Amino acid sequence: MSQLFHNAAPNATRVAPPLPTPRQYPSQKPGQVYLFGTCVVDLFFPEAGLDAIRLLEREGLRVHFPQDQGCCGQPAYTSGYTEEARRVARKQLELFAEDWPVVVPSGSCAGMLREHYAELFQDEPELHARLEALAARTFELAEFLLHVCKVQLQDQGAPTKVALHTSCSARREMNTHLHGRALLAQLSGVERVEHDHESECCGFGGTFSIRMPDISGAMVADKTQALKASGAAQVVSADCGCLMNINGALAKQQAALRGQHLASFLWQRTQGNGGADR
Amino acid sequence: MNSHTLIPTVQLHGDFKQRARGALGDAQLRQNFRSAMDSLMAKRASAFSDADERERLRALGNQIRARALSKLPELLERLEQNLTRNGVHVHWAETVDEANAIVLEIARAHEARQVIKGKSMVSEEMEMNHFLAERGIECLESDMGEYIVQLDNEKPSHIIMPAIHKNAGQVASLFHDKLGVEYTKDVDQLIQIGRRTLRRKFFEADIGVSGVNFAVAETGTLLLVENEGNGRMSTTVPAVHIAVTGIEKVVENLRDTVPLLSLLTRSALGQPITTYVNMISGPRKADELDGPQEVHLVLLDNGRSQAFADSELRQTLNCIRCGACMNHCPVYTRIGGHAYGEVYPGPIGKIITPHLVGLDKVPDHPSASSLCGACGEVCPVKIPIPSILRRLREENVKAPNDPHQVMRGQGSKYSPRERLAWKAWRTLYTTPALYRLFSFFATRLGGLTPSKLGPWTEHHVAPIPAKRSLHELARQHLEGK
Repeated sequence: MSQLFHNAAPNATRVAPPLPTPRQYPSQKPGQVYLFGTCVVDLFFPEAGLDAIRLLEREGLRVHFPQDQGCCGQPAYTSGYTEEARRVARKQLELFAEDWPVVVPSGSCAGMLREHYAELFQDEPELHARLEALAARTFELAEFLLHVCKVQLQDQGAPTKVALHTSCSARREMNTHLHGRALLAQLSGVERVEHDHESECCGFGGTFSIRMPDISGAMVADKTQALKASGAAQVVSADCGCLMNINGALAKQQAALRGQHLASFLWQRTQGNGGADR
Repeated sequence: MNSHTLIPTVQLHGDFKQRARGALGDAQLRQNFRSAMDSLMAKRASAFSDADERERLRALGNQIRARALSKLPELLERLEQNLTRNGVHVHWAETVDEANAIVLEIARAHEARQVIKGKSMVSEEMEMNHFLAERGIECLESDMGEYIVQLDNEKPSHIIMPAIHKNAGQVASLFHDKLGVEYTKDVDQLIQIGRRTLRRKFFEADIGVSGVNFAVAETGTLLLVENEGNGRMSTTVPAVHIAVTGIEKVVENLRDTVPLLSLLTRSALGQPITTYVNMISGPRKADELDGPQEVHLVLLDNGRSQAFADSELRQTLNCIRCGACMNHCPVYTRIGGHAYGEVYPGPIGKIITPHLVGLDKVPDHPSASSLCGACGEVCPVKIPIPSILRRLREENVKAPNDPHQVMRGQGSKYSPRERLAWKAWRTLYTTPALYRLFSFFATRLGGLTPSKLGPWTEHHVAPIPAKRSLHELARQHLEGK
């Protein structure tokens, strides 16, 4: 399936994602999983985390949410404060003692765990085996639902059009856009529309948006313009950093359009009650 | 030709952020770059229609460059031996001042008054035009894009397409104003005007200067690709040819150049091959009818050996100067090349310039990226540009007394205040009890979030914390299970 999406070029400027080595997925669905909620979800999009738990539970999984979890360390890491990032990351390493998958409702945080923890602790060879094992069982939520749970979604919602925005690290490290597309394609009432320069960054980039507000602002202005012009009734994304950026800009522009986390969108579409149970 | 001055020295004012703000406010500039970059991205994509082939070739390109760098000193010595054997004079320059002095000495020995230059970014590093002009030697650019920016007293805004910031109308006005020709927006006519002017100059020039794409150690060959023929003219018509290049451009053997050339031309302009591929292996021989009587190569370090010394930063020197990283960069596309204020703009510029001029001269460069990764994804020799940018951020915030000296100007963004803020952040996220307390109040007092939050609220509304954190929601939800 992902091959199909791989070759579908939404517009001329699309950057095709590289898949150096396609990921192998466990053939058996595990019984229990950890959820690593991420710091942005925790404070600003907690319902996305909760909807992720609900989606996983509906697949028959027992979800564990270690209460001592915090942040993957990415903000400090990308800002060059490597030692601070390492200390925070080390704390997270203690959380996932059992051999269960770690599911993350964010492509970039999952990418941090999977791709960058090894760099962060490269001078500590005694950790390497553990980090490798953690990387192997770390999954971005959409990827996990699609490839491990092999979820079959029954759309209960009214017909609508959505635009999918994918974070850059998610796109390039976790291929989340392919997974997001595949999940949306399961929803019979949902038409996914392309937007101009879809593969281009929304301008968030963590502390980049604070350090370079003019450039970041120009990028999010273009991104929101493209999203508004796409004809989508709403935006869906699997990364809350981008959502904070895009929604914050849309609200500033007093636009009606908003973005929602993919987990919340999927949960609401497949509940038959528009999410009225919350 | 009019008596326009040929001293292109635009001093760019303000710091990076000010220049970027200026560029962002220039709608015409934004439009010029967006459409040009879109077109270049499409061209590259169509030149690499087979993704598997592309990835194999990129991996090969990376290996070739890594191998060359792994034995750089040895290859440079072989290059010198073989070039010398071929009759080429090899000169070594540690700094741009030394490189300019070498060029000047050659020019004076030949009593040169006029120099014609093919395209060379290293000569831009040297500010050779300016240097020679101050010493009474006219240095004229012969690449059409370079000619245009020189005519307008500007600097290149792109390493492959120096005048990409201008559209046809702007070039038409420039030619009309500076050359006194009739105003025409017809691109073919504009090119003809430029060619007519330049044609004469090739024959008048005492010296031709060029860059080098690959210097082949095994054979002592200088490889130069171009599309306009000006490179061939510059390197064959004048009596003296001076090639200037960085020490990292050396490759081991001719076979190495085949995949690299393919990667270069396809990544840069989507071309399977350039119109001209020049392989220069020495001056005119006794039985030959054309070619220069003297060929010189100036090998410039200018900070490259600093990058070479660190295994991660060394990958910066893989670069084959295709420009694909800038073509795909959302930051470059919006601010253009001049805003960077340095010779090399865009992602590659951000990682090479700190070695050339010192990190303290370009303190904002490492931060001017969302780390989106588009550059690293398209780089034909797989330079991990985002990782290197992150590494430079690390070097940039190092304390002044850090014993690990990696690069000139490191620690230029060291801020005790920011360091303290990150320490607080770390304490918060490594002390669960503290985080529980913090998130309890943050979620309960979300209504107190100020509507103005520094730079963030210039383009966004302030983010208001949810009423309950996921920690609380998850605990409630999972407790009953």
